[in-house]
Amino acid sequence: MTIMTIVLVLMVLAALWASMTTLLLRATIGLALTSAMLAVVMFSLGATLAAILELSVCAGLISVVFVSVISLTQTKTFKDILQHRKGRLARFWPLPVVMLGAGIALSFVHSPVQIALPLPGGDGDVRTVLWNLRQLDLFGQILILLAGVFGVMVFFKRESKDDN
Amino acid sequence: MSDILLLLPFLALIVINVLPRSARGGAWVVCLVLFAVQTVGACLQPFVTLDWSMLQPLEKALGFTLVVDPLSIMLFITAGIAGMAALLVGRATHDTTRAQFTFANLLLIALIGMNGIAMVRDLFSLYVFIEVTSVSAVILVALRDGKEAYEGAWKYLLLSAVATVLMLTSIALFLLGTGGITYADLATALASGTPMAWIAVTLFLAGLFVKSAMIPFHGWLADAYSEASPAVSVFLAGIVTKATGIFALMRLAPAMMEAAGPVREILLVAGAVTAIGGAFLSLTQSDMKRMLAYSSISQMGYIVMALGGDAKLALAAAALHFFNHTVSKAQLFANAAALETRLGTRDMDRMGGLGARMPVTAGTSAVATLSIAGLPPLAGFWSKLLIVIALWTAGQHTFAIIAILTSLVTLAYFLSLQRRVFFGTLRAEWDTVREAGASLLVPTIALAFITVAVGLAFPVLLPILLGGGI
Repeated sequence: MTIMTIVLVLMVLAALWASMTTLLLRATIGLALTSAMLAVVMFSLGATLAAILELSVCAGLISVVFVSVISLTQTKTFKDILQHRKGRLARFWPLPVVMLGAGIALSFVHSPVQIALPLPGGDGDVRTVLWNLRQLDLFGQILILLAGVFGVMVFFKRESKDDN
Repeated sequence: MSDILLLLPFLALIVINVLPRSARGGAWVVCLVLFAVQTVGACLQPFVTLDWSMLQPLEKALGFTLVVDPLSIMLFITAGIAGMAALLVGRATHDTTRAQFTFANLLLIALIGMNGIAMVRDLFSLYVFIEVTSVSAVILVALRDGKEAYEGAWKYLLLSAVATVLMLTSIALFLLGTGGITYADLATALASGTPMAWIAVTLFLAGLFVKSAMIPFHGWLADAYSEASPAVSVFLAGIVTKATGIFALMRLAPAMMEAAGPVREILLVAGAVTAIGGAFLSLTQSDMKRMLAYSSISQMGYIVMALGGDAKLALAAAALHFFNHTVSKAQLFANAAALETRLGTRDMDRMGGLGARMPVTAGTSAVATLSIAGLPPLAGFWSKLLIVIALWTAGQHTFAIIAILTSLVTLAYFLSLQRRVFFGTLRAEWDTVREAGASLLVPTIALAFITVAVGLAFPVLLPILLGGGI
């Protein structure tokens, strides 16, 4: 068993834990672990910058945001947690079974496909790709961030009297 | 010139955000002017040639790869019309300056997204601009406070995320299989007929079906449309869902169908199921906005079904129905806004006899409903006729008959809407109800005028439509 296989299995387990746990905080930790494992996979495939972004943004920054929001919520009682856990297990028990089945099925597939993605042009440098080849997508990214800013305003800002 | 269609709304976005706080009430005017300029400019584009050479250094510096064609122009026009209608309805229905300001901002971002969708020429950029539009739309749904609106936004977000995963996986498979993701690469990949190319196409189609709310991926649409604020409903139903899902399908379908494979059959069956299912779901609704939402699902099925028709007519028929449905559905949601504003309810079982109190709303809604149902000589009749001809000449007789029969169901639920809302005895509680204000009447009258004018001028428009290369 290679290191990559162990990392992939850990990633799937972390993702399953994040989906099935009844506590938001544990789900956040599961999600962060999934991202961290994915970052290791990306790093092994030579996508260093993508791995750094995955680790810093998805595993780091987003987890911090999640934890901040969770800290604003009210904790459930132990009885509620037990009740919720029963319902959750009843709803999500097929998930690990499906994952296991898919894993076994995929282990028999020997794809002739080259795993390393072909370069979309240029000299292969991520900076060249981003700034010289995909400027339009960067512009789109800026717009999504702007929309996100308005989203924060809509969701979190209360109306004040002088708004009327 | 194409860069202007992204940069001008972006500039307007900056301008309205640097306005002093006291002047923010004017943001909607800036927005309205921009939408009007886009609509008029796009309408004149086939007839007027302007010299844009002065912008070449800017275009070179930006390096955007954009192409404008007749199909793009159709989207510019419909987006402009729906945007103007939504802004006017928003002026009447958004209570606070802040809501109007946020609405104007998000409308501009969505407009850039839709203009991008119209002009990009590769799958990843298409995905990026679909996301720009969808993210703005989700936030627009949540603009109306309350649990129901948040629930609608949440469902929209969740299903959008599913579509995102499907589309990104598809793009990754295309990259793996062909090394390119431009529309030309897509056609080449499909011509090669490799299983990976077809898996990628299937995933991308599934993603677009979610965005288009095709049955069985329609769960989010009724909540999003009905619980959003009236102005947002006008915009969503008018253009957003169509631009993010149907337009992308229209753009990609011809290349997909040129390759051997079951894409035509998939589009025909998915379109027929959605058209029939949406129509029957509409029949059972008593909430006016929910009925209109399910009707939108049905009409989107119609457009997708048209794409499976005869190659020479299919795209023109789909494009015309896209335009007609945008105009009529934006108008019906504006009518619903007028009724909701005056009555405080959307429950059609509580209405009745309102035609006497709100004659303009009743009259314009009759025009829109009859047009969508396909009654001559209104605009909707011609697009439905083109769809039926496109299907019949392609040898798809069963689907042509399904299209005709679904039109009858459409007529049935819209007649039911008219009867329950505007005809019959006026209930005592609505004795003092008055016609809606100018902000709500102007867009409905203008949209009804477009529906009648396009219908009457169709013999003149048809050669332009077919000769324009759509």
